[in-house]
Amino acid sequence: MLSWSRRASLPAPGRHRGRIPEWHTETRTDIRTVLQQAVGAGPPHAACWDEAGTGAGGAQPPELSAMFRTPEAVVVSSPRKFFHIYPTRADKKNKTGSSGVRLLILLASRASQIEKELSQGVRKPYKELIDVCWCDPHSVGVKPLTFVRQVLAACVYPQLMKSHELPLDVRQRAQWLLGRCDGGSVGSYNAQPCIPEIIEKVSEFTTRRDGGVPSYPENIFISTGSQWDILNVLVNSEASPKTGVLTPAPCHVTSMMSITALGAAAVPYYLTEEQGWTLQVEELQRALESAKGVCNPVALYVINPGNPAGLVQSRKSMQEVIRFASEKRLFLLADEVYQDFVYGENREFVSYKRVLAEMGPPYSDTVELVSFHSTSKGFMGECGMRGGYVELVNLDPAVQKHIFKLISKSSCTPVLAQMALDLMVNPPQPGDPSYPLYNQTQHIKNMLAQNVKTTHEVLNSLPGVISQPVEGGAFVFPRVFLPPKAIQKEEGMQPDTFYCVRLLEETGVLCCPGSEFEQKEGTYHIRYNLTYTSHCHIKIHLTTFHTKFMKDFS
Amino acid sequence: MSQQAVNGVPSRGKVLTVDNMNPNVKRVEYAVRGPIVQRAVQIEKELREGVKKPFTEVIKANIGDAHAMGQKPITFLRQVLALCAYPELMEDNKFPEDAKKRAQRILDACGGHSIGAYSASQGIECVRQDVARYIEKRDGGIPSNPDSIYLSTGASDAIVTMLKLLVCGEGHDRTGVMISIPQYPLYSAALADLGAVQISYYLDEDKCWSLDVAELRRALNAARQHCNPRVLCIINPGNPTGQVQSRQCIEDVIKFAKEEHLFLMADEVYQDNVYAEGCKFHSFKKVLFEMGPEYSSTVEMASFHSTSKCYMGECGFRGGYMEVINMDPEVKAQLIKLVSVRLCPPVPGQALLDLVVNPPQPDEPSYTTFMKERTAVLAALAEKAKLTEEIFNTVPGITCNPVQGAMYTFPRITLPQKAIDKAKEQGQVPDMYYCMRLLEEEGICLVPGSGFGQREGTFHFRMTILPPTEKLKVVLQKIRDFHLRFTQEFS
Repeated sequence: MLSWSRRASLPAPGRHRGRIPEWHTETRTDIRTVLQQAVGAGPPHAACWDEAGTGAGGAQPPELSAMFRTPEAVVVSSPRKFFHIYPTRADKKNKTGSSGVRLLILLASRASQIEKELSQGVRKPYKELIDVCWCDPHSVGVKPLTFVRQVLAACVYPQLMKSHELPLDVRQRAQWLLGRCDGGSVGSYNAQPCIPEIIEKVSEFTTRRDGGVPSYPENIFISTGSQWDILNVLVNSEASPKTGVLTPAPCHVTSMMSITALGAAAVPYYLTEEQGWTLQVEELQRALESAKGVCNPVALYVINPGNPAGLVQSRKSMQEVIRFASEKRLFLLADEVYQDFVYGENREFVSYKRVLAEMGPPYSDTVELVSFHSTSKGFMGECGMRGGYVELVNLDPAVQKHIFKLISKSSCTPVLAQMALDLMVNPPQPGDPSYPLYNQTQHIKNMLAQNVKTTHEVLNSLPGVISQPVEGGAFVFPRVFLPPKAIQKEEGMQPDTFYCVRLLEETGVLCCPGSEFEQKEGTYHIRYNLTYTSHCHIKIHLTTFHTKFMKDFS
Repeated sequence: MSQQAVNGVPSRGKVLTVDNMNPNVKRVEYAVRGPIVQRAVQIEKELREGVKKPFTEVIKANIGDAHAMGQKPITFLRQVLALCAYPELMEDNKFPEDAKKRAQRILDACGGHSIGAYSASQGIECVRQDVARYIEKRDGGIPSNPDSIYLSTGASDAIVTMLKLLVCGEGHDRTGVMISIPQYPLYSAALADLGAVQISYYLDEDKCWSLDVAELRRALNAARQHCNPRVLCIINPGNPTGQVQSRQCIEDVIKFAKEEHLFLMADEVYQDNVYAEGCKFHSFKKVLFEMGPEYSSTVEMASFHSTSKCYMGECGFRGGYMEVINMDPEVKAQLIKLVSVRLCPPVPGQALLDLVVNPPQPDEPSYTTFMKERTAVLAALAEKAKLTEEIFNTVPGITCNPVQGAMYTFPRITLPQKAIDKAKEQGQVPDMYYCMRLLEEEGICLVPGSGFGQREGTFHFRMTILPPTEKLKVVLQKIRDFHLRFTQEFS
């Protein structure tokens, strides 16, 4: 059995030097994982807790038993009852920190249960579950790019290159990529943790993107999706006070978890919502001062284009940030994974590296910068491949050696992910057989721009909802002014969670509550993904639901 | 006045320097990709540029990278993966029906039917179910629960995750982790990174690298003086030492773990790679459950497996899993959170793992080819294991234990005192000096034994047995010639 009574032999939550982040910052995948446990419940699941068949069900912690078994107990016809099993605010204050996850598990497992019921023909006021919690384009109907998948398939099964069914440029690219692998197979580790020729392509890409600002292959590292390994070098887990990282608020949850998981402290700086979520240097200053005596801030994390805030920073704003970082001796971490998603008029994506280079000395040769990019975002949307890269600027070469060592230690980045990265930075060009089809990515861009426009309009037409213009990124993060009665009536939940739960129950739309992303005290938001292929149902659902909600609680 | 002073910017050094960076990272060493491999890559470049060397190619026998050594991928695995990557191929009648069926099943379990969507952090549910069934079958029916299976980015990722969960405490209370010497350097590197205390127990080279519980006890008692030992790591079949543990030995280890209240980590990635007659792979889980409820309901354990080894050797996909047994549910919840930070394991690797644990069945069209390919790979490995042992043991100054399993040999080399002095003079450990010379003179890249740990005063190297038979013979011959020459030079 699972030995609850023997817990002392493993670190209990909270006893672990801060390496494992607290529960309240959940990610989608948490939810899904746990959701699968919860939903795949019933007899086989119950067996999980009495694994060796000793039947000692009583030995499990009551809280956990409730957490995992609840979905079974929830009766669909009674949402009220469902609400009662959500944790209360008092729970949230409880230092176990587990209420956050209970809440999200329940929200997600409930969503999954709804999906199951719909498939079993249970009648609901809606026909399908719509998950707009996360940016996972393929899961919501965006088609993989044909060129990308053809090349990957040919690399996996080179026999495909023998026939002429695949376009010539696809076969040539696959041939070239396989030639870069030891033994000509995607199944090898390779002598180098990252394929050097692909790194060169990435380097050429950033040079092109940045209008000729030079890029050096030795400063680029390909990594497995999450680029936060770099932070491992920066954070001294034994330091006292803790290492601090200035982090935007709102901020996406995986970053926060990664920072705290390494034993660092996240110091929030608030973006100015009223001005379109802009980043103000005064606020950075305030945040830095707030860290005094608490932690030692060494890095400043920026997300541009934003997530969940849909801002795209102006050159001027970036220059201010760079000056601030230079003056306060902060290491800059620039998360630029949404660089392809820019919609705002007169807005364009400019990389931190480019702005830094254009500012000239002393900035350009002193400010230490790491820029992140990923195959998960952009038009490719290949989240499942787990490929990304970091480009380092002005790092101490001696430190860089240790970074190389860390990357080497993890054997290699999945080879297919490295190939996907090559395809992202080096797409078909005019004249190539695959170009005409590839060029249809323009449709995705148009679809997104259209989604942004209509969503923005719909949201702002709702009473008590203010959505800032979305200039870039994959999310809209509207503020919802909840009526006082709704805030009081929250059933022990954060008010925006209460709103999301009701939304899910009544319309089948799953949004993330803003309280999971750091928001200013007393404000409430929801995060809503824009890469959905068809938004029309959601808009109708949202309008109907919101109007009714406001009426019910006014 | 300098520009910096004008702007009020203090003349700055770097924010991040070797002096103020994470000290644990500095302690990390990873010999398998150490300086010798860097040099090998450089030599390859020189060869391409036309620099004259006494050899025409570098043979990288440092790492267990089967495909890099020319092993052909298993057709069925690649067919299904190609179908998953580009489902339009389902229309292609060149693909067998069972491959299509398998691909469809995997795609149906993916968000939006695409391997480009994120999966659950713990891994795709149907893959975990297949893994559980595979384990049950392997262990003669002992139940396995999909909820206790965590898919990972290769076994390395799972091992590091598990260690992260286990390591805590400060000073004398800091977690101690027992690892074998010689060990696979992933362990020492992860322990350094986590700031955990490494507790070394030595394998007995004279008894074919076997594990002796008395030695475990010695190491544990010594370590109790300065840390809190909580974890015992076992690699079976062994890496780099190639031994296969007997059932009795596994039982003794389990008893020891229970008595001493240790969490067991069983690295079983070479479970299909057993060659020696009379040797058999016994999983720790199976032995644990056969020992009765006194053990099976209490001893906490994690077991690791990977798609990188065995007959498939698909290292580049980074597929793997761990199964946890008897883990506290509250800790399990923490584990889920920890794996969720990296979102999900690469989905193609998960798909591949599914095929490995659920290969073609006798009534399916791909079965015959699959079995033929699988058997050929494993038979060739067995032959090469034997060949390696035989040839090395004919060289004076090299003694080699039988390669009972896994993919490596770890022979002991006798180095003349003069060579040892010469190495010291050059600031190198003696076996590093030896391997560097071998690389420069013969183009063969090995990892010195010092990268894995060895008894003081003994020297070894690790070589993979993966090169194709004909090439392996050449490699062994070259090492033999070099060794004789080297010994001659320093005698």
